[in-house]
Amino acid sequence: MATEPLVTHPQNTSTVRVRSSSRLWAKRLETLIIYIIVTALALAFIFPLYWMVITSVKPNAELFIWPPTLWPRTFEFNHYGDALREVPIIRYLGNSFYLTALNVIGALLSCSLVAYAFARYQAPGSRVLFVVLLATMMLPHHVTMIPLFLVFRQLGWVNTFQPLWVPAFFGNAFLIFLLRQFFKSIPDELFDAARIDGASEFAQYWRIMLPLSKPALATVAIFQFQWTWNDFLYPLIYINSQDKKTIALGLQDFYKSQTTVEWQQLMAASVIMVLPVALLFFFLQRYFIEGITLTGLKG
Amino acid sequence: MRATRFRSLRSRDTLWFYIFASPWIIGFVLFYLGPMIASAYLSLTNYSVLMPTRFVGLYNYEQMLQDESLRLAIWNTAYYTLFAVPLGAAVSLAVAILLNRRDIRGRSLYRSAFYIPSIMPIVALSILWIWLLQPRFGLINSFLGLFGIIGPNWLGDPAWSKLGLVLMSLTGIGFNMVIFLAALQGVPSHLYEAAELDGANGWQRFRNVTVPMISASIFYVLVIGLINSFQIFTQSYVMTDGGPADSTLFYVLYLYRHAFDYFKMGYASALAWLLFVVIIALTYVQFRTSEKWVYYGN
Repeated sequence: MATEPLVTHPQNTSTVRVRSSSRLWAKRLETLIIYIIVTALALAFIFPLYWMVITSVKPNAELFIWPPTLWPRTFEFNHYGDALREVPIIRYLGNSFYLTALNVIGALLSCSLVAYAFARYQAPGSRVLFVVLLATMMLPHHVTMIPLFLVFRQLGWVNTFQPLWVPAFFGNAFLIFLLRQFFKSIPDELFDAARIDGASEFAQYWRIMLPLSKPALATVAIFQFQWTWNDFLYPLIYINSQDKKTIALGLQDFYKSQTTVEWQQLMAASVIMVLPVALLFFFLQRYFIEGITLTGLKG
Repeated sequence: MRATRFRSLRSRDTLWFYIFASPWIIGFVLFYLGPMIASAYLSLTNYSVLMPTRFVGLYNYEQMLQDESLRLAIWNTAYYTLFAVPLGAAVSLAVAILLNRRDIRGRSLYRSAFYIPSIMPIVALSILWIWLLQPRFGLINSFLGLFGIIGPNWLGDPAWSKLGLVLMSLTGIGFNMVIFLAALQGVPSHLYEAAELDGANGWQRFRNVTVPMISASIFYVLVIGLINSFQIFTQSYVMTDGGPADSTLFYVLYLYRHAFDYFKMGYASALAWLLFVVIIALTYVQFRTSEKWVYYGN
């Protein structure tokens, strides 16, 4: 009974409790609705890729029926073998891997050097060059496409791999910017100490900066991998013989060469092309996400 | 003495800056500045691989004024951009806002689902989407069929072909969504609490807190979106070859054909310069108008 005075307006407290519990339910309902919306949207985004895989193992009879079967009644894996026999996919894959490896190595070396310059040194003209760097990040590249083609043709590089990897050894503006942002966050004291110990400038770059920047370098490698692997326009311009085609070029040729479209084979070839990028994402996804936020586009 | 040592330190810095930056500086001159100047010159010639080159002054640019197909290519590109860019920005922002809610768990799983399609090879996506947009047995029209809607013959109908590509462009929202998510996480929660105390409802909080606080990201997404969308090429090359009835003849496809199918490289260079100038002009306009609505913090 001693507590009685505390509950002076029993009616009021109960209405408060009712209101707060109904508010709680409203909140839960809202959360539930949000979950349903987000899940439905996410499924809608992922479904086309699921459809690619599913189509590649459907028998012909199941391809053209309505409604389409969401899960094949029978699985046919022979479309993969057929696609491999139809076009030299292994060759294409080899070419793409070769070019991708060279591009990744080129980007890691050149971009880290240049980013080191912008992060560590002040020089007359360095600010202007940084603005130029940022500008080239935004500007369209089609203006340089034709003269570059003419130059590479003059060098006898048409239908060789060189035009598709040599430029990577001269840096890419976006990746340089990304690395520079990361390098800036490494404290100067580390380098001062090394300098006093007599480490050369190059040793500071190689033994201090690079080992401390592994996550950023991983991001650079991933972005470059994805760009080279997915690139279509430049292989299209420079490569014309069958044995030098990349997987992107080979896949579109495969489609264009068909008189009646073999969807299962096309989807099988697409799955093969997509697989390396998908694997890269699954194992290294945090670098994809961190890379984007690293460019300081947060605010 | 101290002054000379200081100067020598500075000049040593200068030396090392240019040593380390040399790959990009050389590359910039070889692969960017040089070709740009060459391209400007080429645009004033009738250069074609097949014929001797002659200086023609502004002839190519005059030709462009009368080029009906060019006008169509510009219209198609603008049409596509006008739908794809705002829609892409809106959807990626909406998804980011939903995923940023405190009551949503498994955020990284959802984020992956939205992000993965955006890193897929565009050629593979193009071939996949021809199949998805197939009028009778494609996934999109089958889905519409569930609601009794008879979907259009997307890529076969000039009235729908561009919209089909706009729909496909939504697969690329992942990158922007991650940018928006990062921006949203940077908005201090006390701003929302203050707005809530002032009695602001959900829409008002979005309008008066979220939008101003992430306006720099919105601006970035719109600028980059515009630049990229003006350069759409692969989809129309692979999926429709510019058709049907030239309805997906986009600017860069038109440029590509002149350069590498018809070998009219002088004219193609003039086209490239027009694209360059238009993109710079539009970016400039965006930057100028942004001064009114973009908030860059302190």
